Amino acid sequence: MKRVTLALTLALAPVLASVGAHAETLKTVKDRGMLACGVSQGLPGFSNPDDKGNWTGLDVDVCRAVAAAIFNDPTKVKYVPLSAKDRFTALQSGEVDVLSRNTTWTLSRDTSLGANFAGITYYDGQGFMVKKALKVNSALELNSASVCVQTGTTTEQNLADYFKANKMKYEVIAFAGADETVKAYESGRCDVFTTDVSGLYAERLKLANPADHVVLPEVISKEPLGPMVRHGDDQWFDIVKWTLFGLVTAEEMGVTQANVDEMAKSDKPDFKRAFGTDGNLGEQLGLTKDWFSRIVKAVGNYGEMYERNVGAGSKLQIARGLNQLWNKGGLQYAPPIR
Amino acid sequence: MSIEARLPPAQYGLRLKRMLGGKAGWNGIILQILFVAVLVWVGYEIVANARSNLAAQRITSGFGFLDNTAGFDVNQALISYSGSDSYSRVLMVGILNTLLVSVIGIVLATILGLLIALGRLSPNGLLSRVAGAYVELIRNLPLLFQITFWYLAVLAALPGPRQSISVFSTFFLNNRGFIVPRPVEEPGLMPFLIALGIAIVASIGLRYHARRELFLRGHVIRIWPYVLGLLIGLPLIVVLIFGAPVVFEVPVLKGFNFAGGSRIIPEFVALTLALTMYTASFIAEVVRGGILSVHKGQMEAGLSLGLSRGTVLRLIVVPQALRVILPPLTNQYLNLTKNSSLAVAIGYPDLVSVFAGTTMSQTGQAIEIIAITMGVYLVISLITSAIMSFYSWRLGKRLGA
Repeated sequence: MKRVTLALTLALAPVLASVGAHAETLKTVKDRGMLACGVSQGLPGFSNPDDKGNWTGLDVDVCRAVAAAIFNDPTKVKYVPLSAKDRFTALQSGEVDVLSRNTTWTLSRDTSLGANFAGITYYDGQGFMVKKALKVNSALELNSASVCVQTGTTTEQNLADYFKANKMKYEVIAFAGADETVKAYESGRCDVFTTDVSGLYAERLKLANPADHVVLPEVISKEPLGPMVRHGDDQWFDIVKWTLFGLVTAEEMGVTQANVDEMAKSDKPDFKRAFGTDGNLGEQLGLTKDWFSRIVKAVGNYGEMYERNVGAGSKLQIARGLNQLWNKGGLQYAPPIR
Repeated sequence: MSIEARLPPAQYGLRLKRMLGGKAGWNGIILQILFVAVLVWVGYEIVANARSNLAAQRITSGFGFLDNTAGFDVNQALISYSGSDSYSRVLMVGILNTLLVSVIGIVLATILGLLIALGRLSPNGLLSRVAGAYVELIRNLPLLFQITFWYLAVLAALPGPRQSISVFSTFFLNNRGFIVPRPVEEPGLMPFLIALGIAIVASIGLRYHARRELFLRGHVIRIWPYVLGLLIGLPLIVVLIFGAPVVFEVPVLKGFNFAGGSRIIPEFVALTLALTMYTASFIAEVVRGGILSVHKGQMEAGLSLGLSRGTVLRLIVVPQALRVILPPLTNQYLNLTKNSSLAVAIGYPDLVSVFAGTTMSQTGQAIEIIAITMGVYLVISLITSAIMSFYSWRLGKRLGA
């Protein structure tokens, strides 16, 4: 009996001692030598493993940029593939340091999950995809349709709102994984597949015959996607936030992966502040003086990241649209680095 | 003068000591109390620690979210449900969907399992080999794989709604499900139900009378013609007087899907099919083992009395075998219920899918939701075992064991 009690106390000691274990994320990451980054289970353009197991995508590049800022090595990332419904639990429990998984910023997620959104990497909206053979031209013609959707997403609620607002009936079939959802759509269980527009283009590539499917013109919601970090560690929140701002600022300043070393020698005051040749802004973040050039060297600026993963340089071919810089008609904007 | 036997002293202290400490005496009692105290302390620490950590990270906690509006729809609800209902309603919808697939699965798996077991024990070599092959094939394949297989197989075989397989233009089968006419209540429903109730009660009375006659006087009374007359005749007369109890609303193709009628969704069919077939293979082995545990002399004795094989099985072998069968059978029932949570893979809206899935990711309150979900499965399992224990106790009493 004594032995049992002792064993029980020992077994539970870690549970009891774990109070406040998440306070210093930067130190934890440095000690581990790896950034734990929550990504999707495979969404081309955002986070997708290739046949060799290397992850690529816009969300993946955010993690690579953060790793570069800390370690000066974008490969020091451990990718944790998460389903939509498991992602927040993984972040809350400390399994991942950053959740960079095409997650929509909403008020309730920002306030009730114990996490913060560090910025917006992609301005998206929800859309519908149908088979061309159905000859549907508008989402308003979808009355009484069956809709396949991935569970645990804002998509489910937007869908309910949209059909209710337009007084249309529908049947929803919700699956846990993106692959199951697409498979059910392909097998004819549903007339419609709905998710963020970028996701529709990405998933369409996985279908047997992408040309047989069409994305309808309606965008029914605002879906600002961005990385999340846990509450309670403002330094870490700042690091992820300013990594994103750094990427956008680099595009604004015309700094690219190719010319970063040359630009670092510039005499312009804002260049000197960003590159750390003047002042210690990087150290104020808890990083090194050359954090900015480390990031750009690893992944390029935001524009390069976009074109490579989802834009003209990728299979998705999505136009910049809202994701253009603020001074070129888009919404991407970064506060000054000073 | 009568002499009263002197009662031994009550010895409450000793009894308490035995109850708590067993053979270890007072030391044992102290240890027990300490152990309980440690357990309570550990439990308290876990709850308090979780609460303070959640509060420190400003994660919402508590059960207030149950009253919030869910805002998403579910494609199969046994109670009326819409997106503007609360999360507690979602919980009920999920529980009922889990219960539906579990209860139907249990009934079908028991019947199928019994048939396979009898097939495997049959002297017919072909039948017993087929049954044996079924058991070995089905129980050795992972259940998740079987569920996905049936789902995709069912879907692949069925046409779209516009090319539905139709039976008399009233029943339709397509990849949106099996669409049947929906009964709509008419004024004649109440008298019809009353007549049916009277017929059932009268039939039970008849059976009771027939058994008394058989046991007390040895008269065999054929009651089935009367029972049939009661069950069909009485409601029929009522229908002729009061009119039809229900009318059927025939489904019609409208837009993408059928409007009107009721629909059995393919997710439900695939899940029930897979759970039934999988669990039946285990039940078959349980039943076979139970029947083999009854000494073969019982069967021989029955046959030598001139009873048929079926009658011997029904009256002599199975009741004795049931005592061995019931405990492992209960395990299979519990397994089936718990396995139904694999529904999430094929989009059947069970408890895990709508509550521990969608609701959890919308509210982010993992601890509360997982606790509720575990509680629900625990209660369902405990009720199942209680029912089976009661049945087993009654069986034991009837067999005089």
